[in-house]
Amino acid sequence: MKVIYKSMYFKKNFNKSFNILLLRILIIFVFILVSFFIIIPLLPLFLKSFSDNKNNFIGFENFINYIQNPSLTQSFINSLKVAITTTFFSVLIGFIYAYALTRTRLPLKKFFNTFSLFSLYIPPLAVAIGLIYIFGKQGLITQGFFGTIPGFDINLYGFNGIIIGEIFYCFPQALIILVSALNLSDQRLYEAAESLKASPLRKFLTITLPNIKYGLMNSFFICFILSFTDFGVPKVVGGNFNVLATDIYKQVVGQQNFAMGATISIYLLVPSILAFLIDKNFQKNEASLISGKSIPFKPRKNLIVDSIMFIFCSLILILVFGVFSSIVLASLIKIWPYDISLSLQNFRFSNVAGNGYEPYFNTVFMSIYTAIFGTIFVFFTAYLVEKFKPLKKIRMLIYFFSTLPIAIPGLVLGLSYILFFNKPSFSVPFLDFQIFNPFSLLYGTMGILVLANIIHFFTVCFISATTTLKQIDKEFEEVSESLKVPFYKTFLRITIPLSLPTILEIGSYYFVNSMITVSAIIFLYPAKIPVSSVSIVNMDDAGDTASAAAMSTLIVLTSLFVRLIYEFTSRNVSKKSSVWINPLET
Amino acid sequence: MKKLFSFVMGAAVIGTALAPSANAWWWGKKGSEKASITVYTALEDDQIPNYLKSFERDYPNIEVNIVRDSTGIVTAKLLAEAENPQADVVWGLAASSLLVANDRGLIQGYAPKGLSNVKPSFRDPAKNPSWVGIDSWISAFCVNKIEAQKNGLSIPKSWADLTKPEYKGHIVMSNPASSGTGYLSVASRLQNLPSEEDGWNYLDALHENIAQYMHSGSKPCKAAGKGEYPIGVSFGYRAVKQVNMGQPIEAVFPKEGSGWDVEANALIKKDKIKPAAKTFLDWAISPEVSREYAKSFAITAVETDVPLPKGFPSNPEKQLAKNDLQWAAVNRERILAEWAKRYDGKSAPK
Repeated sequence: MKVIYKSMYFKKNFNKSFNILLLRILIIFVFILVSFFIIIPLLPLFLKSFSDNKNNFIGFENFINYIQNPSLTQSFINSLKVAITTTFFSVLIGFIYAYALTRTRLPLKKFFNTFSLFSLYIPPLAVAIGLIYIFGKQGLITQGFFGTIPGFDINLYGFNGIIIGEIFYCFPQALIILVSALNLSDQRLYEAAESLKASPLRKFLTITLPNIKYGLMNSFFICFILSFTDFGVPKVVGGNFNVLATDIYKQVVGQQNFAMGATISIYLLVPSILAFLIDKNFQKNEASLISGKSIPFKPRKNLIVDSIMFIFCSLILILVFGVFSSIVLASLIKIWPYDISLSLQNFRFSNVAGNGYEPYFNTVFMSIYTAIFGTIFVFFTAYLVEKFKPLKKIRMLIYFFSTLPIAIPGLVLGLSYILFFNKPSFSVPFLDFQIFNPFSLLYGTMGILVLANIIHFFTVCFISATTTLKQIDKEFEEVSESLKVPFYKTFLRITIPLSLPTILEIGSYYFVNSMITVSAIIFLYPAKIPVSSVSIVNMDDAGDTASAAAMSTLIVLTSLFVRLIYEFTSRNVSKKSSVWINPLET
Repeated sequence: MKKLFSFVMGAAVIGTALAPSANAWWWGKKGSEKASITVYTALEDDQIPNYLKSFERDYPNIEVNIVRDSTGIVTAKLLAEAENPQADVVWGLAASSLLVANDRGLIQGYAPKGLSNVKPSFRDPAKNPSWVGIDSWISAFCVNKIEAQKNGLSIPKSWADLTKPEYKGHIVMSNPASSGTGYLSVASRLQNLPSEEDGWNYLDALHENIAQYMHSGSKPCKAAGKGEYPIGVSFGYRAVKQVNMGQPIEAVFPKEGSGWDVEANALIKKDKIKPAAKTFLDWAISPEVSREYAKSFAITAVETDVPLPKGFPSNPEKQLAKNDLQWAAVNRERILAEWAKRYDGKSAPK
């Protein structure tokens, strides 16, 4: 008897220390992965910012040269202006849209939900084509629909065009974070407020806003950094309005001046690092929302709010559909705007090197792989960082590294990946010794494309996962620990089911972004794996706008199709995960 | 747990099942039996299949993998991959870019078969030239006749015309800091006026009329074709092509002569140079493929009997302004810094 008792005691003890050991190993493993995929590849490029193009060390000369260049101050101010304006509108639109989806009885909610990220499905070049066909000098609105109504010129090229394009690109990103923040809420708080006769405004200010402040702040940062660093939109509709990201493009692609390009990228990282520091201070007094006792929020009917929301969301979608329709139109029209006869010719892609549909299927597979592996990696990383106590400093570092990719322009990421992954071996300093670089096996394969995508879009997914995880009470982990249940069981049985809507959201975010991304991939795609976002650029280069638009249409429809599958799955899943939160209700 | 497990497995199975030859997709179809070479090119996407026809016919055992991107991207890729070059051959990239690559030691000199057919100004004069040209691309204006008429503009015939006050806000040109075509126009103006100072004075006057400096070489012509702006300073092949597509464009080759650069081939220096790479370079200046080049380009490195493509001036060689490629390459950084100082910082639209 005594012996049996003793062995049981021993077993329990062993379990607990095994649990912690396993956690430590996993955290270190993730730390190594994140370092190798995010930080280490960036180092050689950043070292270049301290050297000239012949690799001589020159200290801060590049930084000083750039500051002394009068166009810098202008570009920097321009980038700030763009970022502030975009952030304001994107978060505002994203918040109202997200609020409508989660907290009201919006009519046709399923429809609005399905199309909420629609503007993210459109390849950036196609957005530009669409905007030019609508707002350009010959655009439908500028010319008043071929002169039938008075035209209106918004002066597309320059600040206005950049802002419209950036909002198209940023508001879905704010939306995705805000939806996951607003999704998890506790009905009990609102019931309590009601019994205290709190006004709707008061409820909004004292319950809703504080509850989502983390998500709200993150969407501010995300939009700010994205619009601060994006170069796709300014490149096509920016006119002479210079921003930092187009300066990098000019240095790297226009003049092959990698050193100066690297220097400017470091300037671009500044807001991101500031955001991280602010964020860390902000988080200290963060309490979680969903505990084991929470009840999911059930919006009630409110005719006025519901109809205002309906009108607002419709207006947004009309704009997005407008741009998309003009892209479809562009794919059918012979010579815009002089010969507007229609044909389906352009969907054959017969003139395109790499026979037509092959790049399209490559892109679809690349996006599927990115969605599967990216989601697993990102969620697990966020989980380890968010939920546990061991190795605080390392977890902080993982968090910091995870917030960096958003500030790295795709162009810079692509070049860094070439420099790191195309290196056959590393030389050990001071010794005549070479170490084989195992990562070089990835270069020239689909793997490097998938990896580049996973990292390129890592931050938004990571933050979205963190936002959700934060709202799930740590008491689950604490209870499990005191019950001696290993953490992975809690992870699989509680955390994943509770977060499934967010997990699916991350997967679909990865998918749609991989479908349209150009900037990093264009440097990395292997000769035998052409991808369609690059062929869109090439078709447009060759003057074949119609084929470029046709391929874009195909990509949009594919993303939409995937989104419908997601809707279908997530509807079943979210029913189940809400049931989980409050099993007694059903 | 079981459910989750089956979900993950399901996803993995779907992932694999969707890719019928998962391995081949993943590893980029390595290990085929044909000799295979990787070719980096900046030739336009729609021309490449035509050019390659005769190669595929004559060398069915050589598989050619084309990586096509714009000049700047291809050059940046080449330089970034310096440590472990992926390309075997560069085909049809601006000679000025190849000069940069050669400067960094990325190119292996090679004299392809039939080199004697190549006109002397179209190749590196070394015995084993680092670059050998195939055609020349020259600057030209794309003028949209409909929009010009609407705005009451006459068709500009010369560089000097472009500075007339009537064109204010109607001209777009490529930004020399981001596009080789833009640089070619700027470098040519600086070399062809009595002094460089006069060149800058000319550019000052031109700047007054420019609505936008665009980020790619072909973009100004495309914008003109869509009627966004009546006049785009771009290059000849582009202008002529858009005319032939049926756009209301007139291709104008400026009276004072056009700036120009050569599209050239080069062999990439690496530990193991494949014989197929040399075969490809030999073929790339063969008379047969040169005839194909000549269908789009007015000036080819190897003389052909193909009649001049429609829309080019009747004596295209005469159209070339004085241009020292080496001078343009050496002075590029200085010129662009000066250009940026004068026009870039203060160019935000009013």
